[in-house]
Amino acid sequence: MILEPVDEQGWLDSALAVAEAHGRLVTLWGRNAGPDSYEVYAVYFDPAFGLSGVIFTLSHEGSTYPDLSELFPSAGRMQRTIWDLLGIAAAGSSDNRRWLDHGNWEKNYHPLRKSNSGLEISELKESDDYSFVEVSGDGVHEIAVGPVHAGIIESGHFRFSVVGEKILRLEERLGYVHRGVDKAFEKYHGIDGVQLAGRISGDSTVGYAWSYCMAVEAAWKCEVSKRANSLRALMLERERIANHLGDLGAIGNDAGFAFGLTQFMLLKEQWLRLNKDLFGHRFMMDAVVVGGVACDIDALGISRIREQCEQIRKEVGTLRGIYDDHAGLQDRFLTTGHVSTDVATRLGVTGLVGRASGIAEDGRINFPPYPYSDLQVNISVAQTGDVAARVSVRFDEILESLRLISELLSNLPEGAIHSLSKVPAEATFGVGWVEGWRGGIFAGIHLDKAGMVDRAHMHDPSWQNWPALEYAVIGDIVPDFPLINKSFNLSYAGHDR
Amino acid sequence: MMWETVRQIRKTGIKSENPPVAQELSRLADNQTREIQDEILKVLGRALTIRLVDAGSCNGCELELQALGNAYYNLEGLGIKFVASPRHADMLLLTGPISRNMLAAMLITHDAMPDPKLVVAVGDCAVKGGIFGESYATIGAASNVIKVDFNIPGCPPEPLAILQGILSAVRYRLPR
Ligand code: SF4
Repeated sequence: MILEPVDEQGWLDSALAVAEAHGRLVTLWGRNAGPDSYEVYAVYFDPAFGLSGVIFTLSHEGSTYPDLSELFPSAGRMQRTIWDLLGIAAAGSSDNRRWLDHGNWEKNYHPLRKSNSGLEISELKESDDYSFVEVSGDGVHEIAVGPVHAGIIESGHFRFSVVGEKILRLEERLGYVHRGVDKAFEKYHGIDGVQLAGRISGDSTVGYAWSYCMAVEAAWKCEVSKRANSLRALMLERERIANHLGDLGAIGNDAGFAFGLTQFMLLKEQWLRLNKDLFGHRFMMDAVVVGGVACDIDALGISRIREQCEQIRKEVGTLRGIYDDHAGLQDRFLTTGHVSTDVATRLGVTGLVGRASGIAEDGRINFPPYPYSDLQVNISVAQTGDVAARVSVRFDEILESLRLISELLSNLPEGAIHSLSKVPAEATFGVGWVEGWRGGIFAGIHLDKAGMVDRAHMHDPSWQNWPALEYAVIGDIVPDFPLINKSFNLSYAGHDR
Repeated sequence: MMWETVRQIRKTGIKSENPPVAQELSRLADNQTREIQDEILKVLGRALTIRLVDAGSCNGCELELQALGNAYYNLEGLGIKFVASPRHADMLLLTGPISRNMLAAMLITHDAMPDPKLVVAVGDCAVKGGIFGESYATIGAASNVIKVDFNIPGCPPEPLAILQGILSAVRYRLPR
């Protein structure tokens, strides 16, 4: 992907061109490129042209870049984040509330400025005064949920405005699990940064690690063997299946069908145990490394995977039949948490949630690294955009991933699983984009001439999809929220970084 | 439809495994489940209830805590359950490198718990800061801000390690 330097007008023109071509904003990030020198990056995707990027250099500290949130609503929170992390603002944006900064940092502290070490510690405050948008009217009241949630789930805050049981408005507040990942990357050599990348969102560790590695390998022009990439794809598909199994169980449970949770969690546990046996870790953390993968697979491993896939395929088939025929479940799933194709397109919704709302985009098809370039991935799309659609896409994707795993195992190329050419002695930049189970995980990695990470930006697809959840619940009742939320299952950790 | 469900339940059978806590702590005899239940009963006089707070986890630790609920580990069968309200919780499990943005909520949750308020740090992050350590965004080890009764290292610790840790924490507070 080429980054084109643009001026203010070019920044706006390129955004407009993408919007007119029905493309979407993939991500935005900023960088402190040198003393008093700041850059902002925008990456777009449209099915016809693939990925494209622009870079805008701010003329001096205190200057701004043009707002994109009118064209791409998802830009709003990304721009607020750029302000928090770097102290550079989007001129003309209507929402300038802080996003990741909850008031627990020094005043005017922007961690990604190179003059800051990232270790500056300020007095902690009890709470800050975030101004939620208020809804007024007869009988309207607010329900505040979180940041500590009822179950074993991540932390975040939801503010509902309701009349009776009906949800009028939902406003999310995130950033509670911000760990300063972007700043922490600066301590890492490009080779080692993958450990951190694999711990941004634990449920997507393979997707993150691969995306990070793809970026670093592109920056360093390092060729990865076909065998290594096939093993990465094998792990990525296993990660997809593991999460879909867990979600299908949890979605059933949130609709009052505990049987579903029990059954799917058993399958997931068997799946994770085999991961541990074959890849040394239940979630395959640290199995993808810069230059390849850390562990190979032998004939016995291959036959164990095949055997397990066959068994899971049968079980999932049975369970799908049960879900489909269960009137109570279907009653809860159908029409609940609806996101129309129009809304999804306007919000730039992506990944599995997008596909359930009729957006036929899948990085394994639209932006395929090897081996996906050689595999014919069948995309799963549903049109209804409700919980039922997100359930159905998950079922389809499990079956498709099982098929892909079988293909991968049948055509596993021979060769080394790891190789690393000499690290170039110059500043480099590369991007990675991997279709994780939630959607595309984007990496934009800047490395300095010593091979150290200068700036690592890793973007979770949840950035685009969290705002869609706010739409999905409008008009539904409060007790349906857990079900709708689970059907999205977005990442807090990946978003908050 | 109902028939399919019942048949699947029957086919699945009972998957719960013997809690393998005994080997580790080399103390319990054959009827481990019973003894674990007794022990929890002795310390608390009832089932053990747990409240989890994710204070900056990557979600890896949560996945393993969720796995504890599956039929293989049969957590509830041992008399241990996760509860929504801190007012009902005997034990606080903490994950993550204690993000500054979660500190207030975490302390409020701890305050709201009745005694004995057992605190267990789950995962390398909560135990010692882990990969994130201490920074403008994170406090690091949970013990930097709260009294921790027991540490369960691992990234993430596997379900059995968590189960052993939870039981050890109960034992740790057992008056001898
Ligand atoms: S210990 Fe590991 S798995 Fe747990 S929160 Fe920390 S990085 Fe994630």
